This record gives sequence, C-alpha cells and structure tokens, in this order.
Amino acid sequence: MIEARNLSKKYGDKVAVDDLSFSVPPGRVTGFLGPNGAGKSTTMRLLLGLDRPTSGSSTINGKPFAQLTRPLHEVGALLESRAVHPGRSARNHLLAMAATTGIGKPRVDHVLEMVGLSDVADKRVRGFSLGMGQRLGIASALLADPGILILDEPINGLDPDGIRWVRNLLKDLAGEGRTVFLSSHLMSEMAQTADHVIVVSRGKLLRDQPMAQFIAEAGSAAVRVRSPQARDLEDLLVRNGASVRRQAEGALEVEGQTAEQIGSAAAGAGLTLYELSPKEASLEEAYMALTEDALEFCCVAEEPDGSTSPVEAVA
Amino acid sequence: MSANSVLSETRADGAGGLVESQPVTFPRVLASEWVKFRSLRSTWLVLAGAVFGMVLIALLIAYNTRHVAPNIQGADLAASSPLQGWYLGMYLIGALGVLFVTGEYGTGAIRSTLTAVPKRLPVLWAKLVVFVAVTLVAMIAASFVAFLAAEAFISHYRRGFSLGDPGVLRVVIGTGVFLTLLGMFGAGLGWIIRNTPGALVTYFALLVALPVVFATFLGGWGKSVAEYFPIYAGGSFVQTFRDPNTLAPWPGLLVVVLWVVVTLTVAAVVLRRRDA
Repeated sequence: MIEARNLSKKYGDKVAVDDLSFSVPPGRVTGFLGPNGAGKSTTMRLLLGLDRPTSGSSTINGKPFAQLTRPLHEVGALLESRAVHPGRSARNHLLAMAATTGIGKPRVDHVLEMVGLSDVADKRVRGFSLGMGQRLGIASALLADPGILILDEPINGLDPDGIRWVRNLLKDLAGEGRTVFLSSHLMSEMAQTADHVIVVSRGKLLRDQPMAQFIAEAGSAAVRVRSPQARDLEDLLVRNGASVRRQAEGALEVEGQTAEQIGSAAAGAGLTLYELSPKEASLEEAYMALTEDALEFCCVAEEPDGSTSPVEAVA
Repeated sequence: MSANSVLSETRADGAGGLVESQPVTFPRVLASEWVKFRSLRSTWLVLAGAVFGMVLIALLIAYNTRHVAPNIQGADLAASSPLQGWYLGMYLIGALGVLFVTGEYGTGAIRSTLTAVPKRLPVLWAKLVVFVAVTLVAMIAASFVAFLAAEAFISHYRRGFSLGDPGVLRVVIGTGVFLTLLGMFGAGLGWIIRNTPGALVTYFALLVALPVVFATFLGGWGKSVAEYFPIYAGGSFVQTFRDPNTLAPWPGLLVVVLWVVVTLTVAAVVLRRRDA
C-alpha cells in the first residue's frame, strides 16, 4: 500500500506537485497519467524518499520510505532515466544493489535471466541500447521480490515482445496481491494494463477512479447512424431533442439519445438504417478530453518582465 | 519467457524458495560499496597509475641525485626526496576520491543507491571505509617500494638513508596517509558539489591554485595563510627537512585531518538534507 497525504513539492517558485492525496492499494495495477511536466516523476521521487516534500507526507506500508528496514524488498523502483553507472556491468550493478539487503549471486543471475540479459550480463552498461537499459531497470526493481512496484515509464524503448512481457508481468504481479503503480505516456498500453487510474495535471489530482469508470464518464456517448434517408432521419431526431452532426458519406453523429431510442424512432417513421453504432470512448479520448480541459483553465505565460499572468487558451 | 513462468520462478527460486532479503546493515552497505569500487576499471587504472608513478618518480630522483653535486639542493638529498611522487599521487588519488562519489551523481546511479539505502549516511561512511582501506594499503605500499627502490639505487653511489634513520618511517608511512587523506577530502568535495568537473576543479583549486596564490602574491600575510592549506601543511609531514615557512610535521598532519573532518561533516549534512 502506497499512501500520499497532501503531498506538495516546490522547486523554487515552480510548483511541481500540488497537494496530492491518493492511495495505491495492493492487488491491482494502478496507472499514473498526466501530461509531460504534470509531476508524475516528481511524485515518484517523493514516494521513494529521493526528494523531500515541501509539505505533506507519503508512506509505504504505513512507514516513511526512509524508515523501511528492507527497502528493496518492500519497494522495487524503476525511475525514468537510467540509474546505473555506465562503466559497470549489469551483473555488478545488480550485485551491488543485492549486497545491501543480503541477497546473493543466484538471485542476481535469476533476474538477469528473467529479463533476458544473461548473455550481456558482464558487458559494461555503456553499450546497452535503450531497451536493454530498461530491462536492467526492471531487473533491479524485481531483484528483492518486492511487494510494491513503482515504475516510471517501464516500457520506454522496449520492443513489442518486451512490452507484452511487461504487461503480463505487471498483471500477474498484481494478481499475486502486490501493489503495482506505473506511469506511461502510451494510452493504448495503459488501457490494457491498468485497472485503476490516477490522473494528474500541473501537479494537481484530477481523477482517481477505476479505469472503466474513467472512460465511461469521459465518453461522449455519441451514436453513429447511417441511413439513405439521412435528411428525414436528422429532422426526426432533432424534433426528438437530440443534437446531430453530419459526417462524411451521409453518416450522422447523434448525441442525447441512445442507440435504442434512435432505432425505435427510425422504425416508427419507416426509415431505413444501414448502421447504428454507439461510439466507444477510448482511454486516450477520455484522457485527452480531461487534460485539455485542465490545461485550458490553468495555462500561464511568462511575461517579458519575468512575472506570470493567466492567458487565454488557444484551443 | 512467458509471464507465468517468470512468476512461478520468482516464487520457486533456484536459490531456495522465496528470495531471502535481509535488513540493511552497515556491513551490507560496505559489501555493496566494495562491489561498486572494484567493478569500475577506472578505479584500478588510477590506483595503478599512482603506484607506478610514485615508484618511477622515486627512481628518477634517485638517478638524478646519485652523486652529490653543487647544483643539487640540500632538500633533494634528504631522506624524503625520493617520495616526491606524492605531487603526482595527490592529483590521482584526489580524483579517485572525487570520482567514486560524483560518478554516481553524474550517471544517475545515486538514485539506485539511495533507494537501496534510504538512510543515506551509511553510504557516505561505507564509501569512505572502502576507499580508505584500499588507498591506504596501496599508497603505503607504493611509498615503501618507492623509498626502498630509490635508496637501493643510491647506495651504489653514495651513502643514502634507511628506514631506521630519524623521521624516515614517519615520511614513508606518512606519504600514504597524506595521500589517503587527500582522497577523502576529494570524496567529501564530491558529495558536496556532486558533479565531476565542478568537484575536480574545486579540489585542484583548494589543493594547488589557492595556496600558491596566497604564498606567492599576498606577501607575508599570504604566506602565513598558505601554510594552513593541505598541500603545505601535509607537505611538511612528508618531508624530513623543515621548511621554515611551514608548520611542524605533526601540527601539519592535524591541519590536514581538520580539512578532511570539516569537509566530510558538511558532506554528511548536505547529503541528509538535499534532494538526490
């Protein structure tokens, strides 16, 4: 269980994290979403005790991170940029980390094999590709069999095989009752992996809810209809109180009525339908809708004199 | 490499079931730092450079001072003369100390380190213990070899010195001790400054540039300040002759120790306080 209470972090005048409170319970994959600079990485650094919060606090299994007696066993972390000395081999990097908590060589060999780095384990990390570096990061995170995983962009640079492997791994880890907290920019990937989402923008919490609910709430609930009598159908639906937008090829996008209502009304009026499909919102659409709104109300521009002032959103 | 097998392997680990992790203790942090220290090629290159450099310089000095000639100053005939390789050693060992710390900051490895040891200070002390253990042994050994090789050569031409002569043991062991202290000073600066070029420049400025400026350009007042910089204070400890402008040997050593203690204290305070 990860808990953040009124967590805030300022770097000088810049507010990176603004009064965030959330908890990440075990047994599910929790996705952490937000635009670049929303404070996701900073939040993760605060959870891991790397940065000190300006105010508020966070705990791991009820304790501040710095008070954990076996930190690598409680939390496995993968941070955004590489956290390995390039002059050291993958094996020695893992051996050094393992030594802090009394884990031996067999386990190091095992995680290297797990992430597919056994063949290059003794090569210096300097020559690693982005994907290999990422695999090493995942190996470090899994090293001490942690109950909690905090992963910042874990699939960055991975090939499709690697991505699918990480996705299944995270789901299985959550299925074993572990806590999995990950950030990613890739919405399609997040939609397939996470059960729950926490969305932040400009350091503030926007949403903390189940994935399905997040998508459903943000979805436009529009219905796409095609008919050879498009004009008659449009008149009928408008009379029934729906709002209708014309699309290409005689299709209509209808809001304010369900597919059932539209179908029945068309049948009653004797109109032919070629297509009647409720549009399903995607995580990406839900996310874009939410963060666009958020950006619209909070953008500030830097004035030439260095002060800041609100500006009108361009969008 | 399917996900299911990954997890069952995690559980039924070849190493004996569950992964046996233990609480983080100082000896474990020490073990970790030892792995880090020994697993960088640069560590051994720099140490080897310092050892060979000191021996080579000792032999060159021995060769050049094998005959007593009018153009050779008294200082060059002193027992500590062959040990002047420390002027090279201070650059290399200081840089080794700096890099052992800033190498982690520059590469982001410090984040791995501090998430593994979130109390932070054990990392600083463990690094220091590893660094001191290796450097002290290597530099004292280098110093003995340098001195004995040089005196063995000189003895073919004139009467030299042996380890039993007054002050000789002090300067031979002292050269290793002084260089190790300078490395600790470098490591402390590394913790405070955290980036490699900045820490190296600061180290060289405090070690060489500033004391020379004080001693050369600021008159008598400058000279009396300069003698408290590590290079002059420690220098007097590793010489068998006494330069009237410097501190006596043991007070000199004490001053170097104070530099190290103050630097490391600041390092410990900022390591605890700052964002990593």
